[in-house]
Amino acid sequence: MDFGYTDDQRDIQRTARDLLAERAKPERVRELAEAGRTDDALWRELCELGWPGIAIAEEHGGQGLGTIELSILCEELGRSLAPVPLLPTALAAALIQHGGSDEQRARWLPDLASGETVGALASGSDGSSDLVIGGAEAGVIVLVEDDGSARVCAASDAEVAPLASVDPTRSAARVSFGEAGEALGGDACVGLGHALVAISSELVGVCSRTLEMTVAYVKDRKQFGVPVGSYQAVSHRCAQMLLDTEKARSAAAFAAWAADSEPSLLAEAAAMAKAACSDAGREVTASAIQAHGGIGFTWEADVHWLYKRAQLDAALLGGGKRHRAQLAGILADRVGASAPA
Amino acid sequence: MDLTFTPEQTAFRDELRAWLAENPPEAKPTSGDEHDEFVWRRDWQRRLYDGGWAAPSWPTEYGGRGVKPVESAIYFEEIGRARVPFSANTLGLLLGGPTLMVWGTDEQKERYLPPILSAEEIWCQGFSEPDAGSDLAALKTRAVKDGDEWVVTGQKVWTSGAQFAKWCMLVARTDADVPKHKGLTYFLMDMEQDAVQVRPLRQITGEAEFNELFIEEARVPDANVVGGVGNGWKVALTTLMNERAGLGFALQIRLRQLLDDTIQTAAERGLLEDPLYGDALAELHIRCETLRLLAWKGLTDAERYGQPGPEGSLVKWLWSDTNQRLTELAVDIVGPEALTAGTDWSYEFLRARGNTIEGGTTEVLKNIVAERVLGLPRLKAAA
Repeated sequence: MDFGYTDDQRDIQRTARDLLAERAKPERVRELAEAGRTDDALWRELCELGWPGIAIAEEHGGQGLGTIELSILCEELGRSLAPVPLLPTALAAALIQHGGSDEQRARWLPDLASGETVGALASGSDGSSDLVIGGAEAGVIVLVEDDGSARVCAASDAEVAPLASVDPTRSAARVSFGEAGEALGGDACVGLGHALVAISSELVGVCSRTLEMTVAYVKDRKQFGVPVGSYQAVSHRCAQMLLDTEKARSAAAFAAWAADSEPSLLAEAAAMAKAACSDAGREVTASAIQAHGGIGFTWEADVHWLYKRAQLDAALLGGGKRHRAQLAGILADRVGASAPA
Repeated sequence: MDLTFTPEQTAFRDELRAWLAENPPEAKPTSGDEHDEFVWRRDWQRRLYDGGWAAPSWPTEYGGRGVKPVESAIYFEEIGRARVPFSANTLGLLLGGPTLMVWGTDEQKERYLPPILSAEEIWCQGFSEPDAGSDLAALKTRAVKDGDEWVVTGQKVWTSGAQFAKWCMLVARTDADVPKHKGLTYFLMDMEQDAVQVRPLRQITGEAEFNELFIEEARVPDANVVGGVGNGWKVALTTLMNERAGLGFALQIRLRQLLDDTIQTAAERGLLEDPLYGDALAELHIRCETLRLLAWKGLTDAERYGQPGPEGSLVKWLWSDTNQRLTELAVDIVGPEALTAGTDWSYEFLRARGNTIEGGTTEVLKNIVAERVLGLPRLKAAA
């Protein structure tokens, strides 16, 4: 029983945190978000470092590491809000790697691993999706339908209409496949599990950074002659933010471990993680705005970027309610299986 | 990251599981008499003792197995999973013994530890007072030196097991002229004297799990001071730090069992397909599982990094809140039976109400998290 990272994993975490602290400073993220642009220079740098391919098999040009390593990067990207399409690229790759045919893997994974091609994951129905994160830049899009079936399609064969989501730190688009694309050769469930872990981990990073900012603010901000953080109405809110964050973190860690080491647990673990992390992301960032008071509601304070990122990540592939419904089904199956015949 | 047990840990678990299967406790007495129940739990502890399973985390020199915290947590998970009773002398095993191992003299360890383990002498905890709950250091029970004895007068409350106890871990004020944390001393008080009166304290479940102690000039020999005169606060903290360490793992398994029972009942009544119940049960499932993960993470991080992470303060908070939510939902699912006096469900439901108060109120736990984990400024309180 050991929740610790290996030395190599800790190196990845430290390197990622240091690099993003340097390259994705809040001023830089704000500048790009206000201009509605992603950070091409940073993306190229991350591609050179092999980040997009971290969890893609070596035979397809990736680093062949696991979902734990991918989740470490996603958490750091969530912390920094770096405006790069790593998450959507990793999500598309997860679906193709775990649910695609050999041919589909060979066709798409090398360019996703190198970052040559940006990926995106769309979830929708009847061949279209109204909001696809990273969709405007994507070269390949995987569409997961409500019934769990998945199709992969070159973006050039689909209708892609760029749009601005509430989160301007990433591109977005409305995507329609029509009849284009081809069904993934295998079962999309495993890939979805890995994808849910990656999104959950980004949400953990968002929560973590949000809590740090909020604690720093309420220690500093004075009203009635004392720091507002000395009032229990405020400090207990912060304690609740920590509890939500740590629950989310442990659920995401369990799911990442299951993805790499105990696939039989992945479906359940991923649903738990996505429910816990989606709810935590929304609660913690909303709490942060409240704890910041009036300034938290202004464009100039940075908390709103985190709040907005949390909304999109929480909605992506379904939030708390959808995944709890999923879990309720798993619980029902389990009771049914243990019932005497 | 490896969220499985090592082969050695698995072997430890399997050995204990097999022993528990072969050595079940006697059937719980049905008389409803608390003394009968005490005898049942004492006999159970003796069976554990004879099998070498009363306190595996105690060092071998004191009769334990000297196992590490992970094995100790496995022990409590298995105790919970087997649905066996808690040992009659749980407070001695978990709090008194470990406190003496840190602060006791060699003579004290030799005299007191063996009968704790064998349940020959039962221990109780005399900390809280009517006017000193969360603010424990404000306690008023006085101890005055008289020759080579101390004379103790005061009142204690929430003293579980006092009616069966031989020894009381008592914190009393020995110096009223210094700041409140500095004037305290930790004593072992003999409960078998007329100057100590035990009065049962009936709680909302109707049972009297706790007692009040009325102490009127009780005598405590100087040799029964633990950790030195005036050092009582530090010694008491050692006791409090042990308070939830082990038992938490058993309680969290019991929570899981209660949830499984609730899910089973919901399925039988066709409520599991109802999206509202499904959502609430799935949320409780997530809470139970993250609780276990947090507890294990706290424990293993403490082993790995030498200090616990933030999880320790969060686990009791999350457990108590979850147990209340679960039993409330169970009332909805189970229906009238859960509101019928004397049923197991009505007991679970009413008993859960104390969870967010006992062993540190949720409000105090939030203060601890805010001040010690997040480093927020301390609320200015009257001295």
